[in-house]
Amino acid sequence: MRKSALSLLAGSLLVGAAGCGQTAREPVIVTPAPGGVAAAAAVSDSVRSSYTPADAAFMTGMIHHHAQALVMSAMAPTHGASPALQTMAARIINGQKDEIALMQQWLRDQDLPVTDPAAGGMDAPMHGGHHDMQMAGMLSAEQLANLDAARGEEFDRLYLTYMIQHHQGAIIMVDELLATDGAAQNEMVFKLASDIGADQSSEIERMRTMLIALLFGDGGSLHPPTDRTP
Amino acid sequence: MSLRPSWIRALALCVSVPVLASCASTSTGNPPVLAPSTSAAPTGLTVTPPSPDPRVGLRAGVHDAGEAIWNLRLLSNTPKPDPFDATNSDLAFVGDYAIQGNYNGFQVWDISDPRAPRLRKGYFCPASQSDVSVYRNLLFVSGEAPSARLDCGGQGVDETVSEDRLRGIRIFDISDLDNPVNVGNVQTCRGSHTHTVLEHPGDTENVYVYISGSSRVRPAEELPGCVGVMPDEDPNTALFRIEVIRVPVNNPAAAAIVSSPRIFEDLVSPPRHGEAPADVAAAEARGDFVVQVEGQYRILRGRVIESMLDSIAAARGGSTVTAADSAALRQALPRIAAQLFGGEGEGRGPSQCHDITVYPWAGLAGGACGGYGLLLDISDPVNPRRVDEVADRNFSYWHSATFSNDASKVLFTDEWGGGGGPKCRIDDPYEWGANALFTINDGQMEFQSYYKMPAPQTSLENCVAHNGSLIPIPGRDVMVQGWYQGGISVFDWTDPANPVEIAFHDRGPLNPDRQTSAGSWSVYWYNGVLVNSEIARGLDIFELTPSEVLTQNEIDAANTVHLTHLNAQGQPHFVWPPSFALARAFVDQLERNNGLAADRIRATRQALDSAEGRSSSERRGALNNVASSLENDVARSVDPTRVESLVEAVRRLAAAGG
Repeated sequence: MRKSALSLLAGSLLVGAAGCGQTAREPVIVTPAPGGVAAAAAVSDSVRSSYTPADAAFMTGMIHHHAQALVMSAMAPTHGASPALQTMAARIINGQKDEIALMQQWLRDQDLPVTDPAAGGMDAPMHGGHHDMQMAGMLSAEQLANLDAARGEEFDRLYLTYMIQHHQGAIIMVDELLATDGAAQNEMVFKLASDIGADQSSEIERMRTMLIALLFGDGGSLHPPTDRTP
Repeated sequence: MSLRPSWIRALALCVSVPVLASCASTSTGNPPVLAPSTSAAPTGLTVTPPSPDPRVGLRAGVHDAGEAIWNLRLLSNTPKPDPFDATNSDLAFVGDYAIQGNYNGFQVWDISDPRAPRLRKGYFCPASQSDVSVYRNLLFVSGEAPSARLDCGGQGVDETVSEDRLRGIRIFDISDLDNPVNVGNVQTCRGSHTHTVLEHPGDTENVYVYISGSSRVRPAEELPGCVGVMPDEDPNTALFRIEVIRVPVNNPAAAAIVSSPRIFEDLVSPPRHGEAPADVAAAEARGDFVVQVEGQYRILRGRVIESMLDSIAAARGGSTVTAADSAALRQALPRIAAQLFGGEGEGRGPSQCHDITVYPWAGLAGGACGGYGLLLDISDPVNPRRVDEVADRNFSYWHSATFSNDASKVLFTDEWGGGGGPKCRIDDPYEWGANALFTINDGQMEFQSYYKMPAPQTSLENCVAHNGSLIPIPGRDVMVQGWYQGGISVFDWTDPANPVEIAFHDRGPLNPDRQTSAGSWSVYWYNGVLVNSEIARGLDIFELTPSEVLTQNEIDAANTVHLTHLNAQGQPHFVWPPSFALARAFVDQLERNNGLAADRIRATRQALDSAEGRSSSERRGALNNVASSLENDVARSVDPTRVESLVEAVRRLAAAGG
């Protein structure tokens, strides 16, 4: 009995973990998982970094989806958008551009082809989408043209209307991923999908508030702070 | 604060309450110095940060990255033990132990010698994010990822509906730290991204846990009662609530969800002019366009109508608007409204809180909830009630909240990008991914300023505001905070309109070639040290060093505060026991801001030194003389409140026998 306790100890103590002073019975690092710590850790590492076709499709598709949001948002400064809308658009550009870079890096890490949203002619989402690239919530060519033709308050109204639709589409993509067996076991995929779901839900809410104010002329927004322009 | 019930005032004295509150009463039973309110007078802080900022241009590396440090000393860095070679997450503390969450489980570190932390126990049980809290002999661990298993296996869970899955809270009995026992689990509808333990002094049999879940709702087949639709379709929906778990302390296996307060509703202000049905009828009679949005009737603005009509006309190739166009718009409006404001997708108010900080001493909680900062009354822990809400015009998505010790201020952190993105680049706006500071007046929050770690970071370094806690420097509001690969930043927000950095530590990027996640997940003050959970590099422990912005007396006074445990999201209230360090700290502060003339500063210091050297029978009289003398200085000081704090500190020191 004692001998097996010692061999358990020897097998479980890690190099570098200071186990001195510890009673000999219990190893410092334990787990209830069958097979013991080392085996479970190895499996966990592998699961965390593996992926399914649904994960890959999500990352690829979301790059295109984000790219269209960038195209829409880039119009804000030149189309007379209100200051509040320009702030929101700039934040969406910054956030989604960084997410595209993370998703491209993920694809690279899996030795998968790295989606480049800037490539391609009429198929590219910037042009309003070939149907293969038309994911949930993406704007049609006509909607993009309407947006591009609008100025001032009408631009604000169309941007908010279309971006709410666009964000709803992203959330549908996240939901569909998480409803797929085996999907999002990969750590980065789960984190990105969750963050996109959370961030874009919040943004929808803020956009709805702005749109209500614009359409109906109400206050709508909550206690805007004293602006402290640096 | 009108919201503070009397039982909370009683708690401030906390002499013999067995609940682990942050009492600082001495064993002789002398009452502690009541926490001095931070003064509204000028702080007198003149800060000369190192220039150029040494955090710029640091060499990349794992354990050999370049480092920059200011007004801190690094006591130790302890790398992760092998099975925890996954993301390190949040920290909790009990006794001499720091419990560090990790995506592979948790690590219990003995930090009684901060220069040589020792791993007491490691428990391998994967679940992101493994946010941890302690309460007496109980340890709570959050799980959210779809791969987390009840049996702690590492193989994940493939099926979307599975009884093997854990998304919620694991509960451990850690009475024997060498043998943590999983005594219960509570499954929740969205999993648990983070959680907050609320110690309610009025209830010693139970402890409460608020669950914050930001992930998608579980299918009903996996967990009955979880619904993911709009509340008007199903009032039970998980989308719009936080979950409150009651844990019977003596029977944690019976922990269960006890309520799901809907604190998020009606966050969009209703129109100032309510449209009654008669108004609606009259409006339609005169040709207005009326739309029903979220249960309210609203009238479209004229300019919007014109613009919409123009679009309709243009779409059919016409150049002037006709009656048919007008009719078409009227007909289309309900469908448009439903698409934008109802039906699929998420509806009114933020659907979840990312994190909630409870401050039981003040009966308040700060919830950072999807774009809103909420102020909650938690005098009834089972039914938190929303008191106020704020949003800012920078579209911050707030992550967590911290109150000032006197609850007159609150700050919300904008963890923009979820911590995965580099938001401290030179072109990233200062106000984005920063802290927003508010004063609280009669339950209403008023914005004051933003604070962001000021050193530009590279695009290889994920960086944004993250977790931290107050440092108990008396008479000042000072916080230490983690900024991922932006390192750690210590800042003074005593003047909430002008926060200023007073110490920092930073390393170069983890990887020179690509962006990888690393840096400070959280850093907290605990019994004289700053403990930092470094995502990739393990556990750092720092101490403050004296400077022009912080004297040794102020550091010593802070270190007279002793916490028996710490969950940063269950914010403790600091009280300072009587000590010479406390009195001297106030003197130093009054010198800094000219609250006392130079000769009075000198005389007071001499008198304190002299009193300290006296026998105890003489010390009381000597100290009371010092206090009496200082009372004459109050009226003509630019900082009378601080002089009064000094007087009180000296009197209590006298009463305590010096």
